[in-house]
Parts: sequence; C-alpha cells; structure tokens
Amino acid sequence: MNGAAAVLKALERQGVTIVFGHPGGAIMPVYDALYDSPIKHVLVRHEQAGAHAADAYYRASGRVGVCFATSGPGATNLVTGLATAHMDSSAMVAITGNVPSALIGTDAFQEADVTGITLPVTKHNYLVQHVDDIPRVIAEAFHIARTGRPGPVLVDIPKDIQMMEFTGTFDVEIDLPGYRPTVVGHARQIKRAAEAIAAAQRPVLMVGGGGQVAADEVMAFAEATGIPVITTLMGIGAYPAGAGQALGMPGMHGTVTANRAITHCDLIVGAGLRFDDRVTGKISRFAPNATIVHIDVDPAEISKLVKAHVPVVGDLRDVLPRLTELLGRLELDDWWQQLRTWRDMYPERFKTDKPLVSQEVIQMLERATAGDCVVTTEVGQHQMFAARLFPTSRPRTWISSGGLGTMGFGLPAAIGASFARPGETVVCVAGDGSIQMNIQELATIYKHQLPIVIAICNNGMLGMVRQWQEMFHAERYSEVYLADSNPDFAKLAEAYGIEGHNVFDRETAARIIPEAIAKKKPVLINFVVYESEKVFPMIPAGAGIDEMVIGDQEPDEGDGVAEKVGV
Amino acid sequence: MKAQGTAGEGGVRRHVLSVTVRDRPGVLSRISGLFARRGYNIESLSVAQSETPGLSRTSFVISGEQGTIEQLQKQLQKLIDVLKVTDHSEGPSVDRELMLIKVAVRTPEDRVEIRQIAQDFRARIIDVDRNALVFEVTGDEGKSNAFIDQMREFGILELIRTGRVALTRSASLRPTDVTSTTSRAA
Repeated sequence: MNGAAAVLKALERQGVTIVFGHPGGAIMPVYDALYDSPIKHVLVRHEQAGAHAADAYYRASGRVGVCFATSGPGATNLVTGLATAHMDSSAMVAITGNVPSALIGTDAFQEADVTGITLPVTKHNYLVQHVDDIPRVIAEAFHIARTGRPGPVLVDIPKDIQMMEFTGTFDVEIDLPGYRPTVVGHARQIKRAAEAIAAAQRPVLMVGGGGQVAADEVMAFAEATGIPVITTLMGIGAYPAGAGQALGMPGMHGTVTANRAITHCDLIVGAGLRFDDRVTGKISRFAPNATIVHIDVDPAEISKLVKAHVPVVGDLRDVLPRLTELLGRLELDDWWQQLRTWRDMYPERFKTDKPLVSQEVIQMLERATAGDCVVTTEVGQHQMFAARLFPTSRPRTWISSGGLGTMGFGLPAAIGASFARPGETVVCVAGDGSIQMNIQELATIYKHQLPIVIAICNNGMLGMVRQWQEMFHAERYSEVYLADSNPDFAKLAEAYGIEGHNVFDRETAARIIPEAIAKKKPVLINFVVYESEKVFPMIPAGAGIDEMVIGDQEPDEGDGVAEKVGV
Repeated sequence: MKAQGTAGEGGVRRHVLSVTVRDRPGVLSRISGLFARRGYNIESLSVAQSETPGLSRTSFVISGEQGTIEQLQKQLQKLIDVLKVTDHSEGPSVDRELMLIKVAVRTPEDRVEIRQIAQDFRARIIDVDRNALVFEVTGDEGKSNAFIDQMREFGILELIRTGRVALTRSASLRPTDVTSTTSRAA
C-alpha cells in the first residue's frame, strides 16, 4: 500500500463515504487509489464548488465533509470555500496534493504555499512530511474539525509521500496536548445564569449556528421557560420559525419584533452565536438594558464584541439541559403582550400590485414545500428575503453563507446538501449575479440527477449593491447592471440537460413552482422580477439596532422613501 | 493601538506574555499571523527551546487594554500547537532582557570613561577592539535604556536586544507534561 491508498484507508476509518473533488497532477496517486476504493467521489467542475459542497454536506448531515484538490491552482481555488466554512464553523477536511518534497520551495510547476495561504482560514492545517504519519494526521484533522467549535482543516500531502510505501499502522493515537475544548459547562456559571434568567422581566433567547446541533435542547429550554426565541441567520431551523415563541431574525435585515425585543429586553441568553456586526449594529446601542448571558463552546467569542455578564463556556447540548433543570416557567405575560403587539403591527408583508417581486416568488416556494425541504441560498437580497419568508423548521436544513457572505455558495451547497440528505428536495434560492459564480455546477447536478430546484430571482441587477447605491450613494448605480448581458437562463439550463423555465408573471410562477417541486429532479426556474425591490427593514451599516429603517416594499416611485420608526 | 476588544476597560498597559508551543513547522508564523490578522503590534518577541524537549517558550511584549489582552490570550489559546499562555503582569514574575551593544572608542580617555560607566552598570565586555568595545547588558529594559543613553555621546555603532523574556516566580509549577493529555484516536 502506498501513501495515497493509506489516505483513503484512513478516510474510510473516519466513516467517510463521499468526497467532492477535482483531480490534477499533484494528487494523481490519490485519484489512482480512489479507483479501487469504496469511497464515492463526486467530480465537481471547479475546486471552490467542491469545498462548498463538502461544507454543506456537514451542515446538512453533521458528518464531516471532505474535498480533494490538486496543488497550486487547485488548492488556491479552495480558499474561498475554506474561509466560508471557517466563518460559519463548518466541519470539513480538505486534502490537497503538493509538489514532491524535494521541489517544495523551488517555485515548481503548480506549486503554492498552501499551508501558508490557508493558515488564517482554517482551524488548523498540516503539511505531511512522512508517509507513516498519514493515519495520525487524518485522525487529528477529523478530530479537530468536528469537536469543540467545528471548522475546516486542510491536509497537504506532497506527491512523493503519496507514492511512498506505507509501513505504519492505522491504530493511531491522537497527539494534541494543546487542544482540549471545554464542552461541559461550569456548574457555578450555569447556576449564576439560571439566577439571572429567573430574575429577568423581559428576557430573550438568541440562538445562533451553534444551535444547529442542539435543536432539541433549545426547544426544551424554550418550552420550559416560555422565553421568546430569536434565531440569527445561522440559527434558522434550530428553533422552528413557525413556533409560537419565535420572533424571527435579528440584525441588519431582521424583523421589527426581534430588533425591538433586543432593544427593550433586560436579559439576553446568547446561545451558540458570536454577536456578529450584522446582528448587533452599533455595539453601544445593542441591548442597552440587558444582562448578557453568553453560552458558547469557544471561549474567545465570549466578551469579544459584546461584554458578557455571565459567561458560560460549553456545548449547548450540555449547558442548556442543565440550565432548563434549574428554571421553571418564567412570568412573562406583560413582556409577551408587548412582543405580540409588535408582531401584529409588523407582519411580513410586501406589495404585489406591480410586476413580479422576489418576495412573492420566495413565499410561493415556501408554500409549495410547506417548509419541508432543504434551503440553500446564494448571497444578496434574495438571501435576506429567504431568511424571512422561507426559514425552515428543522435543524440542518437552512444552508447559507453567513459570516463570509460568499456569492457562489448556494449552488454547490445544494449539491453537498442533496448528497447528505438523499431523497429530500433541495431548493437553491439564488440571484442572477451569484448564480453565475459557480454556474458550471449545473453539470454536476445533471450528472447525478439531484432533486434540486434552482430558483433564480433575476432582477437583472446586483440587487443588494444596487440597494445600497440607491440609499447611500445618491443613486449612482455603478457597475450593478447585468440585464444587458445575462444569459437566457432557461436555455443555459437546457444546454446542461436540465429542465429550464423563464417566468415573467405571477400566474405562471404559481403554476410552475409546485410542478417543479413535485418532479424530484433538477429544475432551474428563472424568475424575472422587479429590478428596484429592496430589503426592509434595514439598519444602515454602523447605525444602532434601534435605528431601523422600515421602508415599504411598494414597487413604484415611492421606493427609497423610508419611514424611520422610533422605538 | 487597536479597536479589538471593545469589552475591555482601563488604560493601555504593557504586558509580557509567554506562550508555550510545540516545535512544529510554521508554529511561529501561526502566532505572528494571529497578531497581524487581528491587528496587534508586537513590541518584542523571543523564541527558544524550553526545558521540555519538543516544546518552545516564546515571550512577547505587547501593549493593550485589559480586554484586548484577554482576547489575544484566548485567540492564542485556540491555536492547536499552543499549550499554555501566561500573562506575567497578572502575577509575580521575573523578567530580563539581554542587549549586546558596540560602542565606538575614539580616544584613550573615552576608553577609560566607557569602561567605568560599564562597570557601574555591571555590563560585561565581551569583545575588545582598538576602535570599539562590545558589551553584554542584562537586566530590565530601563537598565538597557539608561546604558544606551550613557553611551550615546561616545557613539553607538550597533546594538541588538532580545526583548523581555519572563518566567513566573512560583516554584510549585509542575514540570510541563505533554503526554498526560494524549487521547485515543476517535
């Protein structure tokens, strides 16, 4: 057995059954060994897509995603995917070939300093120097990726090491004395947290991406206490969007109710989230009256941006049940009365008296699936609309690039999610800008006949940038116009062998969406929508969460006229 | 110095951090990359083997508010190859700096005077030349700075400083144990 075969054997021992990747010179021994391996390989058409698919595979399943790439350009193409996974704490292992050891550092053909380049965007990385280290390095990579705060790990293996005879063992010890994540919460801190929560008059629970592993514990805590629940973009699905205690998403494009609740609450239980700037707005205006209880597995997130009064380091699966045990039902009638008033005053709404708008398309998708599907998104206006109108109700079914905001994520993510949850319908909500950033993956979708419905909200614009230019750059629309040179998306889909439709009106949309969902095969629908639609409410960048702009959604000359509503 | 760590309070102070790391390829670039990426400025840095084979100890001098330094410690602790981070401004510790300084000797009178000052500073002569003397100065930074001031009028040809290195005073620390935390492969 050579090093390459040992790589695959080590992956098998980690329970890996599927890898997303693209071959090339420096990883050919691994691909040669793959020929005889039971591991399934999905050939993507760009390494970046392989990384996103592996990332989404983890997000959708909880099993570590794996991708392969060759040296140099193959590996550098992974960088965006690694950074995306790193920001959103997604467990993946990337394996890259490198030039032979003797050539490292000589500017060899297709050489890049991959461990150097990926250092800031991985949880850890390795350059394998001895063939017999392969099983230990792979075991450590998986251990690091999936434990504590999950993240991406890259293993770079020079070609000569892949070809050397392997004489080691697969019964390896992990050797990581510097890595000991704190999973079990400190009893005294949990007690302090319980006391603070019990004393609060107006508490809220804010759940982030960490909640995806602890949906049952979040539900039990919410049910026992009766606390209102806010889910961040990354927390969608960790608590059902339609449940009675749900207030929706906070932050820049959050709901009025969630943002007002934050401003007026006297206590926040932050669970598995990092108080990102898109959530907090200006920090000094964020939850000015609140005691902050912050539960997170990563101690470095605690008091990084928002000072925690009661920090609890630990896994939500450990901390939340122990906290629930110490708490009874909270007396929150007055608080709920206030929250319900806001919720009734500001329901999700948009006008449909003019051309087709993205929001109604997304709402139709939600109604056609009854939320019983996996949603992936690209990045932009459609992403925010989907977060508000198409949030899923089960954990690991909402897959979106939150921290890095990666355009080009959604389509390959749909591939990863589809392999992670075979048989389930995946809806990829996209814009006409971002879909073109990994459009080549239509080939992968076609090849595997994945049940993915690709819904492009095509306003012929880079809509989110256009919105900012309209609101903050005096309507100077610089380089956002795509309509004059967009492809015919239906024809493009057909060129890849995928059923494609161009839809211009709401009647056709209403008919075609349920049909497409029912087909359980790839369908691309290009919805040509109103170009000036905007995402509201909105907190302008740098403003406070209490300075929300609640514009109307009216597609006419009235847009841009935003009503500032005080709190 | 840095916007990071808004949760911090109190003024900017200098801290000496020592970080015990595994001798792994790239470990120093992981640490320096972290400083650069998160916008911290290192005032001085020294690295060398520790008492345990396979482990190195690095010392940093860095200025910042309490919250900023705490955040930095947590970020350092997150690095897989970092075993331990100690802030020496938190407890009793000793620290020293080593400086090598080459001073111009222009006249026999200068030579006498320089040697006299060096004696007062307990600086050792480690190289003698017709036109220059090289001294080794050990102590806190204030001592090095004072010696530099004294030598300026004679002409400083070159100098190098290690930056502060520090240890906690307590003798009760267990020897660094790397094997006890080894865990079985998952």
